[in-house]
Amino acid sequence: QSTLVIAEHDNQKLIPITLNTITAANKIGGDITCLVAGTQCSKVAEEVSKIPGVSKVLLADNEAFKGFLPESLTPLLFATQKQFNFSHILAGATAMGKSLLPRLAAKLDVSPISDIIGIKDKDTFIRTIYAGNAIQTLKSKDSLKIISVRGTAFEAAALEGGNAASENAPDADVKNEVSEYVSQELSKSDRPELTAAKTVISGGRGMKNGENFKMLYDLADKMGAAVGASRAAVDAGFVPNDMQVGQTGKIVAPDLYVAVGISGAIQHLAGMKDSKVIVAINKDPEAPIFQVADYGLVQDLFKAVPEMTDIVGKK
Amino acid sequence: MFRYLFMLAQETTFRSRSLDKMKSILDNCGFSYLWSFQNTSPNIKSIIKQRLEDQFTQSWSGKCNFIDDLSITIKIKVVVIRAPINSPGSKVKMSALRVLVGCKRVIDYAVKIRVKPDKTGVVTDGVKHSMNPFDEIAIEEAVRLKEKKIASEVIAVSCGPKQCQETLRTALAMGADRAIHVNIDPKDYENLQPIHVSKFLAKIAQDEKADIVIVGKQAIDDDCNQTGQMTAALLDWPQATFASKVEKNNGDLTVIREIDGGLETIKVKLPAVLTADLRLNEPRYATLPNIMKAKKKPMASKTPADLGVDVTSRLEIVSVEDPPVREAGQKVESVEDLVTKLKDAGLV
Repeated sequence: QSTLVIAEHDNQKLIPITLNTITAANKIGGDITCLVAGTQCSKVAEEVSKIPGVSKVLLADNEAFKGFLPESLTPLLFATQKQFNFSHILAGATAMGKSLLPRLAAKLDVSPISDIIGIKDKDTFIRTIYAGNAIQTLKSKDSLKIISVRGTAFEAAALEGGNAASENAPDADVKNEVSEYVSQELSKSDRPELTAAKTVISGGRGMKNGENFKMLYDLADKMGAAVGASRAAVDAGFVPNDMQVGQTGKIVAPDLYVAVGISGAIQHLAGMKDSKVIVAINKDPEAPIFQVADYGLVQDLFKAVPEMTDIVGKK
Repeated sequence: MFRYLFMLAQETTFRSRSLDKMKSILDNCGFSYLWSFQNTSPNIKSIIKQRLEDQFTQSWSGKCNFIDDLSITIKIKVVVIRAPINSPGSKVKMSALRVLVGCKRVIDYAVKIRVKPDKTGVVTDGVKHSMNPFDEIAIEEAVRLKEKKIASEVIAVSCGPKQCQETLRTALAMGADRAIHVNIDPKDYENLQPIHVSKFLAKIAQDEKADIVIVGKQAIDDDCNQTGQMTAALLDWPQATFASKVEKNNGDLTVIREIDGGLETIKVKLPAVLTADLRLNEPRYATLPNIMKAKKKPMASKTPADLGVDVTSRLEIVSVEDPPVREAGQKVESVEDLVTKLKDAGLV
């Protein structure tokens, strides 16, 4: 039994969800090999080789992997699997992992398992269905398991302490003439990244407009928090989509989640209900968000948020 | 109607937004003008009313206190429906692109699901079903490609029990030209997985000589997010997943994709598979004449054996359970109280 973890990175740095995925691989047991495929990404391979629990790093450095397109990565993974015959292939359930794994699975005729939140044994996995409204346990009958891992459901592996050997990944015909990476436009922010932040403050339809989100940014800056939004606020055009927390947006599980002017639609709860402590500020005492909140404050947010910024700032 | 809406709008604090929203609701229903007219059959009136209510609840997911008032007003109105964008007389230079769209029948997104007591799944009997919302977006995109004369034909496919034909009728009413139902025995359907569906889609795409396959990025029941990618792999076509904008230039599609932390632009050569994300478009509501017309559009039926696909289950569902319930906490009286509690817990 052996597991391949596909490392996600930007050719410079490892993306943290890889560490959570390695923890999941550890739970399954057996040897862990980590594949680092990219363009001039040897720095990342070095980083990965220090992660405790990783026994081997496969490096595939090729111009063809620009943009990490699944059309060029799939043949590489296919060849790697043919050579090493892993029992499990894992990646984080990110846009990249979700694009790549099913493509690979179809090539290997495996029924993949998406977005797992738990591992029962080497064949049995736990995941959510219906936007987190039910928990499904399923057992794979395929000899190879291809699995994407929800990062927030597993602790991150340590970054130091390991010493894995590094070698080149098998050769594969990775030439890709059917798709082409053009550009990327990532939202820049001085605040922590939503899915990695210890504290998240989210605004909903109750914010009334995009300008009012400034109040949340002010509070977030005092608290070192990231700012998110409900789908209602995104749909109303207050803030861009990448701030969306929910089943169709980002799934977060910070230590502290502050929901401001959010009623608590099912799809929003699915994205944040694993937060350790939830605070809700809403003037409607009947809002469903209060049913999941550890601390609920029934008050007009336009009064409460500036006051909170004040008090937190004074500490 | 509009006068009535105006009245409503003036009473609320968000004047223009309310009004715009109302207009967009009417527009989404396919109603361009509303006329006073007394001799309408009660049947049509009830359909119009239902449509407006559905769209209203969807577009205005807050508190819908107006619905009752709206229905009263509708009683004395009748609609003149906007002329179809593609009038049959207009000679269109047919471009060759044929678009195949997958649409899954799922429990309606507004229904609160219930887990079966024996933990084998969720209760589906007597529960409202509709088309997977992401697949509606896929159909809408395909129909728009046709309206832009980029596509010549839109074929809707649904794999599942007989009731999937209703989902396909919806797709036809939205503008698909014909439909293919892959009829799955209800017993097999319980264990049908994206790997099977993608094999159906890939085979049909080949048989029908499709140039583009569009599916929703995921179904809102199993949340798998696999079918499009797997279909692309089986066909050996490029894939543009989580698309929020699609443009065609020459033999390529330029696609903006939603990725973690922002957007990405890629180009794919045709033929290709697209998966629709939330922001790709806002699906239209089928207009009444189109619902009638959809009844006459062709619908073929196939079985897994016809398509040469083995539907043996590859995953065994061990159990389906309710998620752990999060206990409601306490109400705090003031911001000060709140911050003190958070400080005590070491969170601030």
